[in-house]
Parts: sequence; C-alpha cells; structure tokens
Amino acid sequence: MIEERFDAIVVGAGMAGNAAALTMAKRGMKVLQLERGEYPGSKNVQGAILYADMMEKLVPEFREEAPLERHLIEQRFWMMDDRSHVGMHYRSEDFNEERPNRYTIIRAQFDKWFSSKVREAGATVLCETTVTELARDERERIVGVRTDRRDGEIHADVVVLAEGVNGLLGTRAGLRARPTPDNVALAVKEMHFLPRETIEARFNLKGDEGVVIEAAGTISRGMTGMGFIYANKECISLGIGCLVADFQRTGQTPYGLLDQFKRHPSVAPLIAGSEVKEYSAHLIPEGGYKSIPQLYGEGWVVVGDAAQLNNAIHREGSNLAMTSGRIAAEAIDLVKSRGEPMSATNLSIYKKLLDDSFVIKDLKKYKDFPPLMHTHSQNFFLTYPQLISKAMQNFVRVDGTPKAEKEKATLKSFVKARSWTGLFGDAYRFARAWR
Amino acid sequence: MNVEPPVRVEDKLYYNRYLVDVGHPHVKVRAHTRPSPQLLALLKACPARCYELNDDGQVEITVDGCIECGTCRVIAEPTGDIQWSHPRGGYGVLFKFG
Ligand SMILES: Cc1cc2nc3c(=O)[nH]c(=O)nc-3n(C[C@H](O)[C@H](O)[C@H](O)COP(=O)(O)OP(=O)(O)OC[C@H]3O[C@@H](n4cnc5c(N)ncnc54)[C@H](O)[C@@H]3O)c2cc1C
Ligand code: SF4
Repeated sequence: MIEERFDAIVVGAGMAGNAAALTMAKRGMKVLQLERGEYPGSKNVQGAILYADMMEKLVPEFREEAPLERHLIEQRFWMMDDRSHVGMHYRSEDFNEERPNRYTIIRAQFDKWFSSKVREAGATVLCETTVTELARDERERIVGVRTDRRDGEIHADVVVLAEGVNGLLGTRAGLRARPTPDNVALAVKEMHFLPRETIEARFNLKGDEGVVIEAAGTISRGMTGMGFIYANKECISLGIGCLVADFQRTGQTPYGLLDQFKRHPSVAPLIAGSEVKEYSAHLIPEGGYKSIPQLYGEGWVVVGDAAQLNNAIHREGSNLAMTSGRIAAEAIDLVKSRGEPMSATNLSIYKKLLDDSFVIKDLKKYKDFPPLMHTHSQNFFLTYPQLISKAMQNFVRVDGTPKAEKEKATLKSFVKARSWTGLFGDAYRFARAWR
Repeated sequence: MNVEPPVRVEDKLYYNRYLVDVGHPHVKVRAHTRPSPQLLALLKACPARCYELNDDGQVEITVDGCIECGTCRVIAEPTGDIQWSHPRGGYGVLFKFG
C-alpha cells in the first residue's frame, strides 16, 4: 500500500503537524501523516490554553465541533511566597462574546478531533507508527522516512518535521542541535477532577466561563519556572515547570515541587477533595529567538516545538506551532504549484513568510528575555516575590505604625536585599529585555 | 527547615495508562562502574523516578513508568551515559488527557 509516493510526509500529529497536514490536504496534495501514539494526542501534554484566532484560520467552524472546555473570561497572575500571593486579576464581561478569544482544552481529546479534520480533508493518517530515520538520496537530500512498522522507505517530495520538542529525527540527522538543559523546561502536571458546580463556585464562574492562573515566585525555589492552574469543565489542570538546567543544578525533584505547589495555602482550597486521574510531564522550549535552528533544507522543513517556536513569556506554544505548520504548508504548496523541486532554495520561502508573521516577530521582541531570567533567577523568582509579599503585608496590616514609617521600612528591605545598584540594574535589564 | 512529607511517585504513576513493550526498553544506561554527575542528576530530575542507584552504586533504569518527557536525554545523552529512543509505535505511556 505504501509503495506509492506522496507529495508530503508529515511526522507527528500534534498541533503543528495537524495544521500542516490539514492545509496541504485541503489544497489537494497527497499527504501521509505518521504518529507514534495509539491515537493523535496520546503522547501530548499542554496546560492547555487554545488561542482561537490561529485555530479559526485552520478550521473556521471549530467552535461548534471541537471538544472545548471553558472560554476564558479571567486571567490571574500570582506572585507567590511561601504563605502568600500578590495577585493581579483581569476579568471582563467583554470576554463573554460571540466568538471568544481563548479556551481551555484537554490536548489528548482535542488532538483526536483535530486529526479527524485532517482525515476528512483527505490525508492518510497512520498511528502507532514511530518514524525511526530520515531517508536520503545519494546527494544527501531528504527523500522520505523509515518507520518501525515495515521495512524499507516511504518516499515523498518533502518531509515536514512536526516531531515536537524532543525532535529525535532532526537531531539525529544533524539538521539541528539537541535541546540543551538551558533551553528547555520540564513541566509536570496533574488532572484534578471535581464536580462542575464545585469548580464554578471556587473560581466564581457561571456556565462555560473559565479562568486561568499563572503563578511565579518561591514555588520554583529560586529556579526559573512557573506554575499554572487552569479551570476546565469538570477538572482542574495544575502544574509547574522549571528549566532543566536548574533541576540539574539544584537537585530539586519535579514531583517535590508539584506537591509543594499543591499544598500552598492559596492553592490547596482550590483543589481540595479532588480526584487525580493523570500525572504527566513534558518539555517546553524556552530558548526563544536565539535558539531557533535552521528551518528548512533539501527536501525538509521543521515546524512547531521541534523548531523551538515557543513564547515562554506569554505561555504561547500551540498557536506558534499551528501557525508555523500552516505557513510551511502554504510555502510547500507554492513551490509545488510552480512545478519546482523542494530544494532548500525554493523552501526558503517558508522562512521568509514566517519572519513576516507574529511567530518570529514576537520571539524577536523577547530575544534577550530567556538569558536574563536564567542568569538572574534567584532575584526574579525568589528575592523579589518575597520582598513584594512583605511590602503588601506591611501596606495592608493596620497596626498603629505611621504610614511614612511603613513606607520607609519597605524601601529599606528592598535596598537591603538588592542594593540600589542591584535594583536599578534589574529594572534596567528588565525594561531592555521587554522592549 | 520545613519538613516535607515524602512524595510517592509510584502512586502518581498508578493513575496513568501504559502499554509496556516488554523486553524492548527505549532508554538504556551505558554500563559503568562509577556514575557521572549527569547520571546522578537523573535520580532526582526524572519526573517518574525511573532511575535508581543499585547496591553497587551504579545508576539503573526501569522504563515501565517512563512518561517520555525527554529530560534524561537532554541531560545525559550528550555524555553518552544513556541511549534514548521513542518506544515502538503504540507502546509506552497513553495519556487520556495530556
Ligand atoms: C505543561 C505545558 C503547558 C503548556 N501550555 C500551553 C498553553 O496553555 N498554550 C499554548 O499555546 N501552548 C502551551 N504549551 C506548549 C504547547 O503544548 C506546544 O507548543 C505544542 O504542543 C507544540 O506542538 P507541536 O505540534 O510542535 O508538538 P507536539 O504537540 O509535541 O506534537 C509532536 C507529535 O509528534 C509525534 N512524534 C514525535 N516524534 C515522532 C516520531 N519519530 N514518529 C512519529 N511521531 C512522532 C508525537 O507523538 C506528537 O504527537 C504548553 C506545554 C506544556 C508542556
Ligand atoms: S524520558 Fe522522562 S520520564 Fe522517561 S526516563 Fe527520561 S526523564 Fe524519566
């Protein structure tokens, strides 16, 4: 059956692979998609927030069809120390709109649905198939793949590598470097089930309204990291992630961190009495713009997490994956429609189109952020959260101390912890990286 | 010092579904007499606690509970301490939620 030749082979049925396969199949290309999981999604882990705009570009009717959890009407940021959190919450009735902008989803379920759209569009999707190697011709061009399913090679004009953050194939073939401990984070996550009404009461929601909490501070014990709590319909996704280099350096355990986060007095009441139904872990690309590898070559392109296309500051990844997958597919279609070969020169149009999109523009904006966070993690994730919490407590506690003295004490604690040069330096570095 | 209750990772893994490819471990540790710092780091960094120290002080792996995150690959593949591949198609962890 596989003796035939394909216009394109897509490795991986995650967000990027599905976007690419769908786009090419819709344009009439003959597409084979290979996925190692039992079904698409069975290997994939995400928070997960879905950004509607990028999904709409692929499946305009997704709101009616896809398994969505809650549309987000509120975003909370928490800066935590061991016993407190300082929060910034944004909630708006404007988000209860006809076509909401963000949803929580459950990846294993969502990917399965997304894949059904890929099949409907005419692509051949083979699951339970691990691609083991890229096939090359005598001129070293990529001409197909080998899998663990059958002997021999499957050939195509172009291979789309949508293999996720671990990206074994591309690194083994020397197309890009293996991720390093300081450009990937390890996140661990649990699914906590509770009755719908309980979730709505605890998070102040009605109907399908949703809320997400992003948390940082002493929960990461001085490592570069973040925690998250996302409300789904009948469960809460809760997790925490830190840079792999930090885990390696400190000897902290990921499950120890997760448990401490769950026991935090601000978190524990939200999940009290829940039934945990899954424990998962996954890497997240964190290197930003400077870690983006070569994106195309002779007979191949790379999309999504495999290309480190992830905006760690805004916690966006799936939308960059979907967009890069779609743009790569459009570029391939363009080359094909001109009747030209899938050479590196011709495929470079993919990078040009991607450079013009929000994907590369956003990553470029924050290019200096990852190194700043990584080298100053003690200050940004431990010292400041503690200081800010202390300042807030000093501000709200009414104990007869004159306000002027309170302010002085707060200022003194900041200068003592970081010195004036330290404070100005941090503010300057932060502002520069944000620009 | 705050005293913390020990976390039982085995209990956490119990929630998960796996299809174990018996006899085909997808991650292997290179034979060694004394473990490198990278190998030792895996004892703590692996979220499924697949790595353990045996009585001779060597690092061993049992992949049955592996959640295929790739952390050990990032830490210990460059030094040649471990070999890391994906499980065969369909095998390994099967997330219901992810
Ligand atoms: C804890 C966590 C929370 C996150 N939260 C968010 C969020 O809220 N919003 C957001 O936008 N992003 C979030 N992200 C990031 C987001 O999940 C990723 O950016 C996105 O999944 C990347 O999509 P992808 O298609 O590139 O890779 P993946 O979704 O990882 O897909 C790769 C696919 O390729 C398959 N595969 C790999 N190798 C092979 C092979 N050799 N043969 C066959 N199949 C193979 C895998 O099984 C998998 O299905 C989060 C990530 C994590 C870990
Ligand atoms: S891939 Fe992750 S879960 Fe599996 S052994 Fe390595 S570190 Fe542990």
